[in-house]
Amino acid sequence: MATINPDNRGLRLAVRYLVLTLIALIFIFPLVFMVMSSLKPDLQLLRDTSSLRAFLPVGDISLDNYYNAFSRVPIAQFMFNSLFVTATTVFLSLLLCSLAAFSFVFLNWSGKNVALAIIIATLIIPFETIAIPLLLFVSKLPWIGMEGLTFGWLDTYRVQIIPLVADGLTIFLFVQYFRDLPRDLIEASRVEGASWMQIYLRVVMPLSGPILATAAILKFLAMYNQYLWPLMVVQQEAYRPVMVGVQYFFQLSTAWGEIMAYLTIITIPVLAFYLVLQRAFIASIASTGVKG
Amino acid sequence: MASKLTTSNRAGWGFALPGFGLIMLFIVIPFFFAFYLSLTNQRLISPNPTEFVGLSNYDRLLSISVLTIEPEVDDTGAVVRDDAGNAQYPRVRTFTRNNPDYSQYAGMREWFRWHWGETAKVVVATDVVFWKSLRNTLMFVLVVAPVQAGLALCLALLINQRLRGINVYRAIYFMPVVVSIVVVSLLFRFIYDGNDGLLNNVLGFVTFGTFEGRDWLGSENTALGAIMGMSIWQAVGFHMVIWLSGLQTISPTLYEASSIEGASKFQTFRYVTWPGLRNTAVLILIVITMQAFALFAQIDVMTRGGPLDSTTTIVFQAVERGYGKQDISGGSAISVVLFLLVLSISLIQRYLTRER
Repeated sequence: MATINPDNRGLRLAVRYLVLTLIALIFIFPLVFMVMSSLKPDLQLLRDTSSLRAFLPVGDISLDNYYNAFSRVPIAQFMFNSLFVTATTVFLSLLLCSLAAFSFVFLNWSGKNVALAIIIATLIIPFETIAIPLLLFVSKLPWIGMEGLTFGWLDTYRVQIIPLVADGLTIFLFVQYFRDLPRDLIEASRVEGASWMQIYLRVVMPLSGPILATAAILKFLAMYNQYLWPLMVVQQEAYRPVMVGVQYFFQLSTAWGEIMAYLTIITIPVLAFYLVLQRAFIASIASTGVKG
Repeated sequence: MASKLTTSNRAGWGFALPGFGLIMLFIVIPFFFAFYLSLTNQRLISPNPTEFVGLSNYDRLLSISVLTIEPEVDDTGAVVRDDAGNAQYPRVRTFTRNNPDYSQYAGMREWFRWHWGETAKVVVATDVVFWKSLRNTLMFVLVVAPVQAGLALCLALLINQRLRGINVYRAIYFMPVVVSIVVVSLLFRFIYDGNDGLLNNVLGFVTFGTFEGRDWLGSENTALGAIMGMSIWQAVGFHMVIWLSGLQTISPTLYEASSIEGASKFQTFRYVTWPGLRNTAVLILIVITMQAFALFAQIDVMTRGGPLDSTTTIVFQAVERGYGKQDISGGSAISVVLFLLVLSISLIQRYLTRER
């Protein structure tokens, strides 16, 4: 065994930090590169890739790429679409999935076990395997709106929201959490004559902060980063989300500065959210791992 | 289970129905719909009524065969050779096009071939692109699942030490996970670029200029590997966090005991840590496998299946046909094949990692 002398320990500590830091650079440099590149004119940008300057805000720094990206693509509209679809879906998902889980855990009704088994079984169905039939399905669905009865949900907000509201994982996470809540509390309220809705709203929801945060974060990430689904069901700019907006830049593989500006803009909301709520983000991912 | 709670069908269904109904409507029904559609000739928009066509979509998708071709011989029975001495073979299309003697190969195209002495064995398939997508997807899964799970475990072990500021490192390692794979893919198109790409320059720098730059996404030999590397970079933090939560469920008293017994670091890992991670390992493998099979966004943004179909994937093909060509039935058939693959691999993984 190594003797415990202070120098040796200091050295080992330094090596540990060195390893940790080198790995951290691998994860962070591409993102730093993205942000720095968005601030530079294309000529300088390409020159800088051959040195450490690629990661530094040096030289001719400006927001020109951002102006150009804004004039090429209706970024504000796309951003609104993304945030609106994401926020609505997260809210509805938390509401409907927690209600369903509440019913599965605290109420007795016939067919409950079968219904729960079906929901658990959907966990092994990747969305990608149902996307094509779902596309046909939503293209025929009826809707009653301002124009009366119409058929076909393509090119709307609802087609980006309603099919993605409920998912097996969210219900499952709520079920897991509710099972650990003290049952006495619910039974006592029941004896006192509270309705199920009152119990849900006044007893269970106030105790559900952690699971609401977890479910909200997971759904937020999944929804804001949606790509395949909106790619297929939205053709009009008016409803297009930011991720599908990257397609505007596919043809211009030389205007890298502008592309990096667009990528930076659409990454900032989620990255800012992450940096503020870092612990909650990591905890929510970790909680998906305790199943099974 | 619930003592005081009597059956309350109305409230129970009422609470569960919105969520459960949406899952039935938008997951379960489309799932079975996929099986049905794959047996028809359904298109997204079509003036003609949909017809039931049985298994012909699968037949076209999965037909594969080995064609044995003998070298051409001249009138004297000697093998015809070119200037370099290589035997000459009749063209594959002489067998697969309008040849009544070989009707079983009708409409097939060559995928690849190998030689058995002078005899050429040619693998022909009706839908060569689909077979390539199958091969690429399986390669992606076979490389990414173990490598990503392994690297994630190494990172988790590294992060699971008591050090000042360790949470900062954990937050950084996790950061790419929250960035959309679409953003990452477009960013890496720049990084992998053949002319001014960052990767070429970095590799040139660390090898003191001896590394020759290449167009990573432009060559069939490197494109899929480049996409694998990027995908692992983006997602490894996710699985690191799941390993970490597994590590933290292992009781500290077990570690104390093993340290009292004088176990080495490796022995501690082998006999304390690893057995405690068993369930986590099963979960991670299944989750990574499912995610890897669903490979789509990277392909759509970076290569669109090219060069020469070397990066096309099952989901990319399903979308290309079901959405791009509006061939809903063909896309559904591919979706069903994908589901059966995911299901069987998950079952195999469960079986191999079962409690004994």
